[in-house]
Amino acid sequence: MTDEPRLSRRKLLVGTGGLALGAAGCAAPSFGAEGKARLRYWHLFGGGDGANMTALVDAFAEEHPDIGLEATQLQWGTPYYTKLGMAGAGGRAPEVAVLHLARLAGFGPGRLLDPFDLNLLRELGVGADQFPEAIFERGTVDGRQYAIPLDTHPMVLYYNTDVCAKAGLLGDDGQLRPVRGAREFMDALRTAKKTTGAPGLCAETTGPDCVTPWRLFATFYAQLGGTVLSPDGKRLALDDAKALEILEFMARLTAEGLMARRLDYPGSIGVFNAGKTAFHLNGEWEVSTFTAAGLPFSMTRVPALFGRPTAQADCHAFVLPHQDGRSDGANEAAHTFVAWMLQHSVDWAKGGHVPAYLPTLTRPDYLELEPQSAYRSVIDDVALDQPAWFAGSASPMWIQLGAVFSGVLTGSRTPSGALREAKKRLRKLLDTPDPLDSGPGGPGGRALGSEALVGEGGAA
Amino acid sequence: MVPVPAEQPTQKPVTVRRRWTEHGLVFIAPFFLTYALFLLWPLVSGIGMSLRSDNITGEGGEFVGFDNYTEAFRDPHVWSSLGNTIWFTVLSTVPLVVTGLVLALLSHHLRFVQWLWRLSWFAPFLLPSGVIGLLFLWVIFPSDFGFADQLLAWFGLHPGIGWLTDERYAMLSIVAATVWWTVGFNFLLYLAALQSIPRHLYEAAELDGAGAWQRLRHVTLPLLKRTTGVVLVLQILASLKIFDQVYIMTGGGPDDSTRPILQYVYQSGFTGYRIGYASAVSYLFFALIVIVSLVQLRFSRRSGESA
Repeated sequence: MTDEPRLSRRKLLVGTGGLALGAAGCAAPSFGAEGKARLRYWHLFGGGDGANMTALVDAFAEEHPDIGLEATQLQWGTPYYTKLGMAGAGGRAPEVAVLHLARLAGFGPGRLLDPFDLNLLRELGVGADQFPEAIFERGTVDGRQYAIPLDTHPMVLYYNTDVCAKAGLLGDDGQLRPVRGAREFMDALRTAKKTTGAPGLCAETTGPDCVTPWRLFATFYAQLGGTVLSPDGKRLALDDAKALEILEFMARLTAEGLMARRLDYPGSIGVFNAGKTAFHLNGEWEVSTFTAAGLPFSMTRVPALFGRPTAQADCHAFVLPHQDGRSDGANEAAHTFVAWMLQHSVDWAKGGHVPAYLPTLTRPDYLELEPQSAYRSVIDDVALDQPAWFAGSASPMWIQLGAVFSGVLTGSRTPSGALREAKKRLRKLLDTPDPLDSGPGGPGGRALGSEALVGEGGAA
Repeated sequence: MVPVPAEQPTQKPVTVRRRWTEHGLVFIAPFFLTYALFLLWPLVSGIGMSLRSDNITGEGGEFVGFDNYTEAFRDPHVWSSLGNTIWFTVLSTVPLVVTGLVLALLSHHLRFVQWLWRLSWFAPFLLPSGVIGLLFLWVIFPSDFGFADQLLAWFGLHPGIGWLTDERYAMLSIVAATVWWTVGFNFLLYLAALQSIPRHLYEAAELDGAGAWQRLRHVTLPLLKRTTGVVLVLQILASLKIFDQVYIMTGGGPDDSTRPILQYVYQSGFTGYRIGYASAVSYLFFALIVIVSLVQLRFSRRSGESA
């Protein structure tokens, strides 16, 4: 092997039109120069997030010349998870990777993932008390920490400040006046529609792998205090009356022309960007899109239309994919990387995400970020999926229920018909045994190096 | 959906000297090894997988016998996506065969700039499915600003149809895109067949006083019967294998209304991680395709005998 380049190398895999099915090669085998710990990092961030992550990765590499960082960007969604799972199963996974927290339960902790060493993280300045308790807790399986949350990406309400000003929906401070309850929200949409002649609200309602209808449902249903599954993720807990109330609300939004009926994801972005629609419901990650377009807009938490102020969310988290022989050096480098990323998550927040590392939320440079810091309080009210193998971002549950609830918005399903179908699909998912045998108790669970790792960590 | 390369059924068995030689073995070895490695072996190991509860990592599964198959029979998604596949096959086969024939007739009889007709009708077939999917997704079928809406607007019709986002139109839009894309292949087969019809038959028909319509009806079409049989079989098989266009253009939506069975296999295996179950579903589909081919074969053989 010749000399290793000092700077990190990235293998950018850009699928043509987003279609490459994870045809990505593994990080090419290469070995660091003497004494240089090799740290391979896989993530799924594209677009604005990808640019932000690349900047962070470069900064980390510059500050840590002793760590040979190789970051690989893979195709978001199913292709990423397929690849990460297979790499972990083969024991030849990267040292550190990104995972959606709500997918942890289905991702074979103890088998496909190795646990973190909390003592080592503590030495690096990161402790459990620096995260919202519930979110940090979600990274735990059987008393071991398998995921360290980086951020929360909740559903938020974008609003066009020009349209809202004309419609008289803004307060004296130029911010959206508080919306209390579903009726007030619909009134606001009507006023907006009168002002511009276009539906007051747009969001993705249909299209390939469309999940926004599910995220809308999950947001408002959680506001009523409902959960889809039991807390352990093993039983159906859908409350018919509450679910129906939300589905009927969703159906009314499009039936009355207050919300655009048929928009796929790019379409919904385009419509809001066109500037006639007052509101847009989506994850916060499109902030850079609208900023770049020069749209007069701001964002706020999804208003509490049905009681509680919760919003559907998932979290990006760091995990340690399972390796057959995880070396001390590489393991330490991975922990160093994770701690550094958390401590620099102000830069990550620029893409819209709410950092999970609490010290960031009070830093002046974070508070200066507008409109990003305006919805930071949502982190205490996020509704994550219950832990089940089929839940979480890009999961079978999201895609299947997204399709059913899409029908409610487009008018092809009645609320009660959609509820029946949703329950049927959920029951089938619940009846299906977890294909990855998640958890150390599973029949295929190889306890493997995880025991040893904890031992090593304790000694470190 | 890439049509199967035509293995033209040989009319009269060509007499080959049936004698094994070392040369012969050497010649077929590369093909046979590739065939065994990439077709026979996966075929066999796939059956094994379908009897196990294997996940995508290929470990930790158990032998479950026919559980996956019984589950598949009870799975409404299998039936609905199979229904979509069959509906697509029905909707696409007729226009693909008929349009192929009409285009071939036109191209055969139009005497000016013939190369242009041939090129323009066959050219779309050369494009990869990804290009087709994106072309129709971004240029032809977007609501309000797409070409399809624009076309209707020129005729004073109300645009704004959800071509790919409305259950009523999504499948038809995919069929339209597919016909435009793949009709060139059938066109080519028909054109070749037309050109092999001896001219003297037409001359004789003309002497007997047959008009253009009668010549088409009584000379051309009967002599194209065998080609039609081949085109039909190939087309049905190709349509049953639909995946790419749907995956790109609608992702199976809206509300799973265009999801073909192969996409359900893909989802079970790669989104749901259940390789064993996905294998079982794909073998059920494989069985269906074999049955269709056998019925077709018998049908075309019988009609060939009577012709």
